[in-house]
Amino acid sequence: MSRSYLPHWMHWLGSPPNFYRFAGVLRPWLMAVALIGAVVGLYGGLVLAPPDYQQGDAYRIIFIHVPSAWMSLFIYATMAVAGLVALVWRVKLAEVIAMECAPIGAAFTLVTLVTGSLWGKPMWGTWWTWDARLTSELVLLFLYLGVIGLYNAFEDHRRGARAASLLALVGIVNLPIVHYSVQWWNTLHQGTTVNFLDPARSSIAPSMLWPLLVMALATHLYFFASLLGRARTGLLSLESGKQWVRALVGGQPTQTTGAPT
Amino acid sequence: MASTAQSILGGASVVTTAERAGSFAACRALLRRDFVLAWRRRGELFLPLLYAVIVAALFPFALGPDPELLARIAGGVLLVIVVLAMLPALESMFRADLDDGTLEQWLLAPQPLALLALTRVIAHWLMTVLPLIVVMPLLGALLNLPVKVLPVLIVALLLATPLLALLGSVLSALAAGARRSGILLALMLLPLAVPVVIFAAGAVAAAQSGMPFIAPLMWLAAALILAIVLAPLACAAALRIAVET
Amino acid sequence: MATFPAPAAPLLSAHRLAFTRNDEPVFGPLDFSLGSGETVLVEGDNGSGKTTLLRVLAGMLPPGEGEIRFSGRAASRDSRNGRILWLGHRPGMNESLSARENLGFLTGLYGTRTGVTPVSAMERVGIAGWIDEPLRTLSAGQKKRVGLARLLLLPGEVWLLDEPYANLDRHGIELVNALIAEHCARGGAALVTSHGAVRFADPRARHIHLVA
Repeated sequence: MSRSYLPHWMHWLGSPPNFYRFAGVLRPWLMAVALIGAVVGLYGGLVLAPPDYQQGDAYRIIFIHVPSAWMSLFIYATMAVAGLVALVWRVKLAEVIAMECAPIGAAFTLVTLVTGSLWGKPMWGTWWTWDARLTSELVLLFLYLGVIGLYNAFEDHRRGARAASLLALVGIVNLPIVHYSVQWWNTLHQGTTVNFLDPARSSIAPSMLWPLLVMALATHLYFFASLLGRARTGLLSLESGKQWVRALVGGQPTQTTGAPT
Repeated sequence: MASTAQSILGGASVVTTAERAGSFAACRALLRRDFVLAWRRRGELFLPLLYAVIVAALFPFALGPDPELLARIAGGVLLVIVVLAMLPALESMFRADLDDGTLEQWLLAPQPLALLALTRVIAHWLMTVLPLIVVMPLLGALLNLPVKVLPVLIVALLLATPLLALLGSVLSALAAGARRSGILLALMLLPLAVPVVIFAAGAVAAAQSGMPFIAPLMWLAAALILAIVLAPLACAAALRIAVET
Repeated sequence: MATFPAPAAPLLSAHRLAFTRNDEPVFGPLDFSLGSGETVLVEGDNGSGKTTLLRVLAGMLPPGEGEIRFSGRAASRDSRNGRILWLGHRPGMNESLSARENLGFLTGLYGTRTGVTPVSAMERVGIAGWIDEPLRTLSAGQKKRVGLARLLLLPGEVWLLDEPYANLDRHGIELVNALIAEHCARGGAALVTSHGAVRFADPRARHIHLVA
C-alpha cells in the first residue's frame, strides 16, 4: 500500500505511539478551553441574555439543546469519514477513531432528545412531540446504537470496526432520507408541525446568538478532547501486546517512531 | 460451451477443458438450491404467516373491536406487521452459509458476488415475504381494512418489502460474522425502515382519505430501483468482511 | 534467431508475501511460484500460519505486503476467480442437501470439467452410493471425500488444499495423493498444507516450512 501521497505529518500521526503522545499532550488543553467556553457560554445564555418575549425563560434550554443537536450530526459525519478511511485503507487509527466517536455521538443525541423533551413540556404540555427534528434525532440515536451494537458483537475488534464503519456509511446515506421523509410525514398527518427549534430561521437577537455560538465551539472542543482521550484508550487495548505499550506500562520512556508500524 | 487453452512450454502443457457457467445459469442454480432447502423445511414457511395472523388478532383484543377504529389503523398496522414478520428470516439470510463454508465458495466463483447476493435476496423475498402479501386480504378482513384501500396496500407492500429485503440483506451480511444477537438486526434495520414505512403507510393513508397517493409510491419505486443496483454491492462488501476470519 | 517460445508465466506466484495480524508477523516474506504440474507442500505446526497463507492466496484476506500473481497477472477477481479451487476446514456444502444437489449447485456456479459428472466424480472417490443422501448422514471422512469429488468436478487450475488429509484413513490419504498427481499430470498445480504428519507422495514436491 503506497502512502507516498500522504503528507508526512499525517503519516507520522497515524502511528499509534505517536498519536498516543500527541493526543495526551493536546487533550488537557482542549478540555480546559472547552470548559471555560462552556462556562462563558452558559453564563451568557442563562444570565446575560434577556428572556424571550414569547417563551419567557423556558427557551434558555436551547443553549444546551441546539449545540448538542449540531454535535450529534457533526460527530456522525466524523464517524462516517473515519469509517470510510478504515474500510478502504484499513488504517488502525481510523478504526479506533470511528468506533470511539459512536458513544460520544450517542450521548449528545441523548442530551438533544432529553433537552428537547424538557423544552416541549412547558411549551406544549407533553413530554414528547413527534416534531420532525426530534423524530430525526431519535432515529439518529438508533443509528448510533446500531453501530455500537454491531461493533461490540464482534470478537475481532478490527473486523468489527470495519463492519460497523460500513453500517455507519449506510446510515449516513439514510440520514437525509429520514429527515425529509419525517418532514413529509408530519405534514401528511397534520400534527404539531411547528418547528420550534430553529434559531437560524427566526431572527435571533445578538445577545442570544453569541452564547449559542460559544456553546457550539465549547461542545466541539469537548468532543475533540473526549475523542482524543477515548482514542488513546482504544489504541492501548488494541495494541496491548506491543512493545510500546509495555514500555509505557513499565514506566520506561516510549520510543516515538519515525514511521508508522 | 467448451473452451480449450493450450500453451506449449519447454515442459508440461497446460490444457484446460471446461464448460464455464454463465451468470444466468449460476443464478438459476442458486435459486434452485434455496428453494430445495426451503422446501425441505417447508413447515417453517408457515411461521411468519402464523405470526402475522396472531399479531393482527392482538390489535382488536387490545383496542376493542370498534370497526371504525380498526378501519382507521388497519393499513398502518398491517404494514408494521409485515416488517416485523420479515425480521427472523432476514437474520438468518447468510449465517448458515457462512458457517458451513458455502460463502467461501461464493467468493471464489467466477460470478460477481453482488449478483449472487441479489439472487439470494430474490429467493428470500419470494419464499418468506410473498406469502405474507398473498395473505393480505385475509389479514385485512381481520382488521376491517376498507376494500378500496387493499390494492394500494398491496402495491405499497410489493414496493416496500423488496426494498426492505435488500436493505436487510446488507445488515444481515454485516451481522453474519458477529455473535448471534436477536435484537441487533432489528436495531440496525429500524432507522432504515422508517422512511420506507412512512412512504408506504402514507400512500395507504392517502388512498384511504381519498387523496392522491401516487407520489409516495413513486418515491418507493425510485428507492427500490436504486437499492437493486446498490444494495447488492454493499452486501458483497459486507460478505467479504464476514468471510475474513 | 531464437525460435523457442517464452515459457508461460507460472500459474501462481508470490513475491515477498507477508501477513501480519495485530502487527505480529504471521508469515513471510515468502517467495515462491507454482508452475503447471507442480506441487508445493506447506508444512508447519498448528498456529504457524498455514491456513492464513492459503486464505491470503485465495483472496479472502488481503496480504500485508508483497504481491500475488495468477498466470502473470496481478491477483484480482478476474485473474483469480474460476482459476482456483479451495478446500478448507469448512465443508463448503450444505448439510441438508445431498452430495448430488450440492455438487449440482457448485457446477452451476463454476461450470464443469468436460467429461466429468457428479456421479463419475463420486465414483472416483469411492462413495457413489451416498450421492443422494443428505450430507449430515455421512461420516466426517465421507464428507471429506465429497469435497474431493468437488475438486474433480469443477474446473480450476490451481488447487489450494488446507489440511486435505484430515479425517481420512490410509486409503483416503492415498486417494488424495492420487488425485493431486492426476491433477498435476493434467497440467494443474496444487498447494497443500499439512501438519507434516503425512508423508507426501510426490518426491518432486517443493516444501515450505512455516514457523509459528
